Amino acid sequence: MGESLAAVSAAVADAHRREWGYVLAATVRVTRDIDVAEECVQEAYARALTAWTATGIPLNRGAWLTTVARRRALDLDRRESTWRRAMPLLVEADAHRLEEDPGETVARANDDTLLRDDRLRLVFTCCHPALARESQVALTLRLLCGLSTSEVARAFLVSEPTMAARITRAKKKISTARIPYRVPARDELPERVGGVLDVVHLLFTTGHAAPAGADLVRRDLVERALDLARILRALLPEDADVAGLLALILLTDSRRATRVSEDGRLLLLEQQDRRRWDRAAITEGLALVREALSRRPPGRYGLQAAIAAVHAEAPRWEDTDWRQIVALYDELGLAWPSPVVALNRAVAVGMAAGPLVGLEAIEAVAADARLESYGYLHSARADFLRRLGRVTEARESYEKALALTENEVEREFLAGRLGQLID
Amino acid sequence: MAEYLILIYEDEAAYASGEASSQAMKDHNEFGEANGAALKGGNALHPTSAATSIRGFGSDSFSVTDGPFAETKEALGGYYVVEAADLDEAISIAKQVPARHGGVEVRPIMVFD
Repeated sequence: MGESLAAVSAAVADAHRREWGYVLAATVRVTRDIDVAEECVQEAYARALTAWTATGIPLNRGAWLTTVARRRALDLDRRESTWRRAMPLLVEADAHRLEEDPGETVARANDDTLLRDDRLRLVFTCCHPALARESQVALTLRLLCGLSTSEVARAFLVSEPTMAARITRAKKKISTARIPYRVPARDELPERVGGVLDVVHLLFTTGHAAPAGADLVRRDLVERALDLARILRALLPEDADVAGLLALILLTDSRRATRVSEDGRLLLLEQQDRRRWDRAAITEGLALVREALSRRPPGRYGLQAAIAAVHAEAPRWEDTDWRQIVALYDELGLAWPSPVVALNRAVAVGMAAGPLVGLEAIEAVAADARLESYGYLHSARADFLRRLGRVTEARESYEKALALTENEVEREFLAGRLGQLID
Repeated sequence: MAEYLILIYEDEAAYASGEASSQAMKDHNEFGEANGAALKGGNALHPTSAATSIRGFGSDSFSVTDGPFAETKEALGGYYVVEAADLDEAISIAKQVPARHGGVEVRPIMVFD
């Protein structure tokens, strides 16, 4: 039974997005060399195009791809060991290397537990604290999401050679410093999971409010972050912080369609059409928030998600429960002390008690010099000043905020506010 | 298994008193006893005031100067060579090094075969 080329291409593209990390993780265990594994997986996807056209799209695409990639790896291994070249092999804690029996390869590929462990190994290796944060993010996109080097480069607005060098350096460190390919021991796990979540969160925030460029939202990055959070949720279903991060992404992203007007202008929460918020994402997010907050003390992402949940649950802007939000920011400040949290709390205080109180609260946190270069400090201050009719000071603050963003949608919004100020 | 060098960087001024030095001696003895199986070697170094740096390799003339190679607040003051299965194991040993006046750097030792 043949399949149409279009159907096969779509299935391969879908499997690329969903299964790349799974297939690579299982293949790395055979090759114990990331580069070789990547080549084998690439080849498996290429082969899928022809094979699936001839024989039909398999039910379990991930297992099919894994089997082909691993067979290829075993072939290489058998024929010559030239790929045991410059770099030492990855270190494994429990050296269950696959035997050269393809039958077993298939059986193993279908073993969910083993696959689960393989993917976790890959996640923790990519996000190992001995790698620079920018390398962790790059490796995660490349190895778990299957992005090409040029795609990763574009995501972070650096040139392709720069990104290629960064990825090569990171892979080299994994191998020469012997960063192990394994799931951390139980006592290290909370800290290491925290590191992984930070990587995913960084990806999400970079996509949610792009620091530069023509678009406010980088959809590709937001969706990769969501995919990764879902993978982590499936791998670590008991972890409250994982539930919290997935909830935060779902609830924040539920507003995506309404954050920019049809003519490309930035719309604030109070201007957004709440009927167009993504209800399915909100429902899923709310259930996860409840789960995340069931743990005491609640973690950073669970609390941030809870704040997003308060907005999601308010039918209208005027219905927002600001006191609840202030209380959540108080808890967040304990879980994750940061000047940005203090600033957001000050804004919420102003929303609950009026612009004068808000302005005082902002001045109190603005003493922290780390916020001086943070554009949202100036735009929040400007907004309270504007509402108090203190035009000259408001203008000054909007101008500071304008100087601190390179995102065109944000710039246009701030310039618009500036233009509306009347002496 | 692989070998790692743990380089100990600390603020030398912190060891000005004899009390600090004898405390460090005690701490390092305890570290040694706790990690005897992994330890392949190690030494303490005299302070950087005893250091001499030599540059100009490959040129016509060497320059020999007083002082450490890199002037930093925290100076290399000693090292351990440890054997560990992987970086995580080396890091867990390195975290036990009593470097209370600074920190340590973990470097894999290159193998030529």
